[in-house]
Amino acid sequence: MSTGGPTPPGKPQAHALNCPGCGAALTVRSFNNAVTIVCDSCHSILDAKDPNLKILQQFKAATGKDRLVIPLGTRGKIRGIDYEVIGFERRTIHVEGVAYSWHEYVLFNPYKGFRYLTEYDGHWNDCSTLKALPEIVSFSSPPKVKYLGETYKHFQTARASTSFVLGEFPWQVRVGESVEVSDYVSPPRVLSSEQTGNEVIWSMGEYMLGKDVWKAFRLPGSPPVAVGVYENQPSPRSGEAKSIWRTFAFFLLALVILMIGFDLAASKDQVFTGYYRFDSNKRGEASFVTDDFEVKGHASNVELTTSTDVNNRWIYLNYALINEATGQAFDFGREVSYYHGYDSDGSWSEGSANDTVAVPRVPPGRYYLRVEPEGDVGNGTTYYTITIKRDVPQYSFYGIALGALLLPAIVFSWRALSFEHLRWAESDHPVITSGDDE
Amino acid sequence: MTQPAGTCPNCGAKIVFQWSSSVQTTCEYCKSILVRTDVDLKKVGEVADLPPDSSPIQIATEGNYNHRSFVAIGRIIYEYEQGNWNEWHLMLTDGTSGWLSDAQDEYAVSFTAPGRKLPDSCRVGDRFVWDNVGYEVTTITKAHYRGVQGELPFQYWDKNDVVFADLRSPSGKFATIDYSDEQPALYLGESVEFEALNLKNLRAFEGWS
Repeated sequence: MSTGGPTPPGKPQAHALNCPGCGAALTVRSFNNAVTIVCDSCHSILDAKDPNLKILQQFKAATGKDRLVIPLGTRGKIRGIDYEVIGFERRTIHVEGVAYSWHEYVLFNPYKGFRYLTEYDGHWNDCSTLKALPEIVSFSSPPKVKYLGETYKHFQTARASTSFVLGEFPWQVRVGESVEVSDYVSPPRVLSSEQTGNEVIWSMGEYMLGKDVWKAFRLPGSPPVAVGVYENQPSPRSGEAKSIWRTFAFFLLALVILMIGFDLAASKDQVFTGYYRFDSNKRGEASFVTDDFEVKGHASNVELTTSTDVNNRWIYLNYALINEATGQAFDFGREVSYYHGYDSDGSWSEGSANDTVAVPRVPPGRYYLRVEPEGDVGNGTTYYTITIKRDVPQYSFYGIALGALLLPAIVFSWRALSFEHLRWAESDHPVITSGDDE
Repeated sequence: MTQPAGTCPNCGAKIVFQWSSSVQTTCEYCKSILVRTDVDLKKVGEVADLPPDSSPIQIATEGNYNHRSFVAIGRIIYEYEQGNWNEWHLMLTDGTSGWLSDAQDEYAVSFTAPGRKLPDSCRVGDRFVWDNVGYEVTTITKAHYRGVQGELPFQYWDKNDVVFADLRSPSGKFATIDYSDEQPALYLGESVEFEALNLKNLRAFEGWS
């Protein structure tokens, strides 16, 4: 179904021209899409739409300041599509009297059109213009925009002026011209709006690593190291923090299940109880042995609780849990003291009238307890109850495990937070409004 | 669907219409602009040399849009301060006609949308709702009619300066208000990716494949 006429148009080809300013050879790479061409010898800005390449502007370029790391004419693959670098510009913003500059490379493919690579301090972004219109989220501070279901937070608004140009551009470019640029970030993406009189242009940038740029354009050497944290640089920490909290939640659940399981499985049998009194004023041997009692089941821990009536006093008890058959003894001593009173800070108290201790791995058998109480002369009489239970769950283990799990999670979250802090420190909103709530 | 419609009244070359509803075409040989009347073809003007353009699309480029295939059978070329762009006239398999605009390799497909209420003029940032879609004016373009080629659904050959308002929606819909006639005309469509159109019979570019 061809209607190809008898005078088919020729293949468009890159053509060579001469600069009317200095006579140097110019190459036009984007065919008739070029609107402005800049001579790289004399820096004349030429009107590509004019057959005589009218000079629109000439500018003085400080040499050496803007080194093109990707030379004009270099081809590379971005997202599987070949692009050629056809233009280069430096743009500058001033924030609180300090100039910040970044570089933009114009990329061209005759079918797919234009694309841009931006570079600031070793941070790269792969940018293209938007097909749909972002929506402003009303009444949000800092302002937000929504694009294709994703929310972007306002980062910065500044006047960006073009301070250096080279090569060709699909728009009118002049050195010194400025537009208002607003950036909204949702790492690894950034939306930028550029506003001129009768046009708003939105573009999206996606963070790109220097090494991927080097690979895409097969550049020699290695890319410069990225300095600091860039506005839409994905935080390596946020993923870590998220995954560590997931791990934490998993282990916490496992811990709770273990705790419930062991608690249910523990028999908590009371095997002995006795009620005693100790008069510290009485001289002579205070030690005694209890009646014997049975510790059944498997080898398990044995928990001994001493409940006393000490009140601004102390009592010390030397215990020995002795196996009748083997003579194996578990020796331990417990101090029980409880003091309280009032001072200039109000009421205070220290210690407790009760004490609990666990003796691990006690084999089953018949046991008795040897008890030797001690106390200050003048302490008077202390009444106390000794209770022994076997197979009692120990909760302190769970507390230690919880702490061990929590520590790395907190460390990683803190690191993620400080990365966000560095990111937003460079913005119009240098306060962290949220971490990872999106 | 191809139907002979006679000969060029200027040079005698055979003129063939691809689309039965075409109102205007250009003679491939002498570049006369021909308008179809009830009886024959009338020469109404002549196309000056078309400006060099870099659209990868050409007359007879085929593609797909929304499960319908199309072929480009004509175009209008406009010029503005950033260069020129093409409005390719598409004939779809179901007999409807549509437009594929190519402005510096940014593509949009649209269809005429008569009967909607349109503003007499608008500015960047103005918002309108048509067919339950909210649009915002993003660009006002003062353009210059530069030339025509092939078949068009209306007579279009004596225009001069024209104003277009381009609008976009958050969902990627696209609208254009054409202020070139006394009554503004609306076109509704959407931005499309080059790949999505599945285009065949494209132009070749030296050094690119």
